[in-house]
Amino acid sequence: MATSTLDRPAGGATAARGPVRRLSAWLHRHAGVRLAALLAAPLFWLVVAYLGALAVLFVSALWTVNGFTGEVVRQPTLDNFRTIVTDEVYRTVALRSVGVAAAVTVIDTLIALPMAFYMAKVAKPRHRRWLVVAILTPLWASYLVKAYAWRVLLANGGPVDWLFGGPGSGPGYGLGATVLVLAYLWLPYMILPIYAGLERLPDSLLEASADLGARAGRTFRAVVLPVVVPSVIAGSIFTFSLSLGDYITVQIVGGKTQLIGNLVYVNIGAANNLPFAAALATIPVLIMVGYLVAVRRSGALEEL
Amino acid sequence: MTLSRSARWLLRGAMALGLAFIYLPLSIVLVNSFNADRTFAWPPPRWTTEWWARAWENAGAREALWTSVQAGLGATAIALLLGSLVAFAVQRYRFFGRETVSLLVVLPIALPGIVTGIALDTAFRSVLAPFGIDKGLFSVIVGHATFCVVVVYNNVLARLRRSGGNLQEASADLGADGWQTFRYVTFPVLRSALLAGGLLAFGLSFDEIIVTTFTAGPGVQTLPIWIFSNLFRPNQAPVINVVAAVLIVASVVPIYLAQRLSDTAGGGRL
Repeated sequence: MATSTLDRPAGGATAARGPVRRLSAWLHRHAGVRLAALLAAPLFWLVVAYLGALAVLFVSALWTVNGFTGEVVRQPTLDNFRTIVTDEVYRTVALRSVGVAAAVTVIDTLIALPMAFYMAKVAKPRHRRWLVVAILTPLWASYLVKAYAWRVLLANGGPVDWLFGGPGSGPGYGLGATVLVLAYLWLPYMILPIYAGLERLPDSLLEASADLGARAGRTFRAVVLPVVVPSVIAGSIFTFSLSLGDYITVQIVGGKTQLIGNLVYVNIGAANNLPFAAALATIPVLIMVGYLVAVRRSGALEEL
Repeated sequence: MTLSRSARWLLRGAMALGLAFIYLPLSIVLVNSFNADRTFAWPPPRWTTEWWARAWENAGAREALWTSVQAGLGATAIALLLGSLVAFAVQRYRFFGRETVSLLVVLPIALPGIVTGIALDTAFRSVLAPFGIDKGLFSVIVGHATFCVVVVYNNVLARLRRSGGNLQEASADLGADGWQTFRYVTFPVLRSALLAGGLLAFGLSFDEIIVTTFTAGPGVQTLPIWIFSNLFRPNQAPVINVVAAVLIVASVVPIYLAQRLSDTAGGGRL
């Protein structure tokens, strides 16, 4: 098949292809030119458009807004960060956001571990594929639709209230609902890396451990855990980072709860204070960069 | 593995509970799209198909759907081009800053969406506005393409690594020029990876709301933006619920396509 298609241009087309051939030969000799041609457009896009924009954003975190005119004062100062550190409100919200992200990660790990273990080690191989599909499908259902589904579930007089015995008796919207819904949204991101990690763990190792007299608990600690930890960290990068930046779910099911994302959003929109919003946005970025650096050595980044 | 009978049953129960946790909320939305009560009182007092008819006639929803499709196709096209280019460069060449390039590609999706959103918004305002170019559908496509590059990159890179360079060398030995090798050897090898990456890119773009909020010009409403802006209006609730139900049912389509395209169950890598 391949030879027949390659043979085709060998006839009359060769002459017409002269310039193409010469260009192709010239490019073959100049690897640097080829590389430059490959990288020019994507790097222009990512470095100029994206990194440039990020740089402007972080520089603008050092600017302030004139309280009277509402204009940006382009003089570097640490005022924004000083406000964030000293003002009680921002500290509380930042801590709450980190707490929510951590709680979501713990809940997802606890739900994902037995599910992933069942999928990788207990389910019959022909069922495995379908279980993976069952975990993946909700990833394609819109984020907003899933948050909305919980808004309906937790609504006053909705199904959860009905379960608890009538309108108003369920938990309703609030901080707890936010944690629950975020855990729901990011659960597949935790299951899939753990499943992938466990699938690579040979069954023979588990059998060997049992043959050597280890009970299930000991096997879990000594054989399964070392494999699972990098996968859990890989999953936690998703669950933690996605929860930390979220401000939509909180608006949908959080009631009056505020997270860092909401404060950033309010400062760009209603308060029209982009420099302060930029300063607030550096908090999740710093936390994530710190987290990535901390887990770099665990081998988790290769699991992504 | 040798697990006791009760341990097996416990794990099976955990799996069933987990799947119920994942699918119950979605099925409630499907059921509620036929709930005749405007506020979705539970259990539904009566059933109706009226909301489906109304959603079908809703001009706002249709327009938003069309905008989302345009934005998704535009972003996917750009991501396919840029993602493949970077994947080729990283796989075929050793150069200074190679690690940095692959980190740079991942960055837009690793940072919180709100950071990417404001950064691009600032860039548009300060760079494009002086030229008289306002934010519109174009800026949404640019924003989406920025974080879609990574999924195409991951898929193409994985495929290039697996296929190695032998086929290309064989093609060159048989006298094919660069273009012929690409057309008849490299591209067919990559085709399904490109489809899987493109599918993921389109899905990411179609679902995106945060970056879109900051990059959309006035009057440009993608479907998620439209849903979100109508979410808190009680009289729109039944129509929103039908749109949500449609999106849940529609999510089966890309999964089916991914299954057809790819040997891995997921149809590619995130």
